[in-house]
Amino acid sequence: MIEVRGLAKQLGRQEILRGVDLTVAKGETLVIIGRSGGGKSVLLKHLIGLMQPDAGEIWIEGENIIGLTERKLARIRRKVGILFQGGALFDSMTVEENIAFPLEEAGERDPEKVAEKVREMLDVIELEGQEKKMPVNLSGGMKKRVGLARSIIRRPSCVLYDEPTSGLDPVVSDSINRLIRRLQKRFGVTSIVVTHDMKSAFHLADHIAYLHEGRIYFYGTPQELEISTDPLIQDFMLGRSENGAPKSG
Amino acid sequence: MFARLLTALGHSVVSFVVYVGDVVVLAGETISSAFAQKIRWRLFMQQIVEIGLLSQLVVVITGAFTGAVFAAQTYFQFNKLGMGSAVGAVVSVSICRELGPVLTALMVTGRVGASMSAEIGTMKVTEQIDALRALAVHPIDYLVVPRTLAMMVSMPLLVAEAVAIGIAAGYFVAIFLLEVNGTYYMANMVRWTQMRDIIMALTKAGCFALLIVFISCHKGLTSKEGAVGVGKATTEAVVNASLAVLIFNFFLTMGLNIIFPAGYQ
Repeated sequence: MIEVRGLAKQLGRQEILRGVDLTVAKGETLVIIGRSGGGKSVLLKHLIGLMQPDAGEIWIEGENIIGLTERKLARIRRKVGILFQGGALFDSMTVEENIAFPLEEAGERDPEKVAEKVREMLDVIELEGQEKKMPVNLSGGMKKRVGLARSIIRRPSCVLYDEPTSGLDPVVSDSINRLIRRLQKRFGVTSIVVTHDMKSAFHLADHIAYLHEGRIYFYGTPQELEISTDPLIQDFMLGRSENGAPKSG
Repeated sequence: MFARLLTALGHSVVSFVVYVGDVVVLAGETISSAFAQKIRWRLFMQQIVEIGLLSQLVVVITGAFTGAVFAAQTYFQFNKLGMGSAVGAVVSVSICRELGPVLTALMVTGRVGASMSAEIGTMKVTEQIDALRALAVHPIDYLVVPRTLAMMVSMPLLVAEAVAIGIAAGYFVAIFLLEVNGTYYMANMVRWTQMRDIIMALTKAGCFALLIVFISCHKGLTSKEGAVGVGKATTEAVVNASLAVLIFNFFLTMGLNIIFPAGYQ
């Protein structure tokens, strides 16, 4: 479904990605973990063509997206949804207008059909009755839910999540994790989740990739990660800084 | 020292050329999108309200007081020569050919250009433009094309309004406050004001509309570094668009004067 080969990116003088190789099978959930500033979000933005790499290839459903123009990328982007870290809701639109936006842009003109799908999405994200609110009046967790509804309303075959639980309290984080799990079961989408929240990672992942110093340092199942004796991975999982886990980014 | 100065100068020239190139590319993409992609008429209408309707007060006041003060100043000079009744012609032609288009463009730059740059800039730094792109919507189609079309429709109307109000205010000041003979005033004004003066005003309005919208949208789309970056982009948009209007106005005047020469023929 998604294959990344030798992806490299330099921003200014800093090498963010130094040859990332990854494969994500159809319907599976890959969680990418790594330290803050380690290039996880940069990697995610490459997967949907929001950034262009210096080298490497990204194959989505058999098509290399590198070098495609913005207009040609639109075809790929209809198959891939993304949840941005802050939700990235359109602040001039209400909740329901935000959720309906992708449908209207896709040419759906029947207001009944749009309203029905928006209601369905509000039910999925458990925000019924909030449809008239403006984004400025929503909490961080609600913004992420609405952003998620907006990204999946067109039923993409793959959804990318950028730090879906960052900045949220443990209870709201858990509800977001459950929501992502529910969406995976209900719509069978391929998911790539970027996070440094280990609880989220173990809750969601079929496979986990640890991005360190611009490369995939570890790739395996959550069980394999848990029993790993690698000091770097141990430090990250336990949140230890004393043993001197090398600085990334 | 001299080499360093030369390098700095060269760097500034290159930056300027790159900047102009970027704005021209944006203009090209916008024109191509306007013909090849679907037009979002709802956004166009919103922008018509934002640009045309909400600029009414600014344009009316600018036109009225410019016409009034210009009529008074012209009268003070011309009356000494016994040419008080020529004030109408001077006011009318000047407002049509220069003051109406330029002052309206500067006011629209301050009000609308700043707002465009700030709004698009905020969308950029809060990832809303990335969200548009991720949802397979081209930012130029969604943000720039409706604004460009709305400016192209609104600016000529705003300029025509400013010109008409300026001429009316000039008439009011000359006739009722300075007691110029109304019949001669009108006769001179009608005799010396030609269709080509009005065409010149509207042509300038269209050109200024494009300058303002492309410079403002470009600054918004390239703003960075959070709130400070948006503030900087907004300031630069207003300054650059104002300067571009004033500089282009000179070349437009020289060029258009060949096609539409001033004065009674």
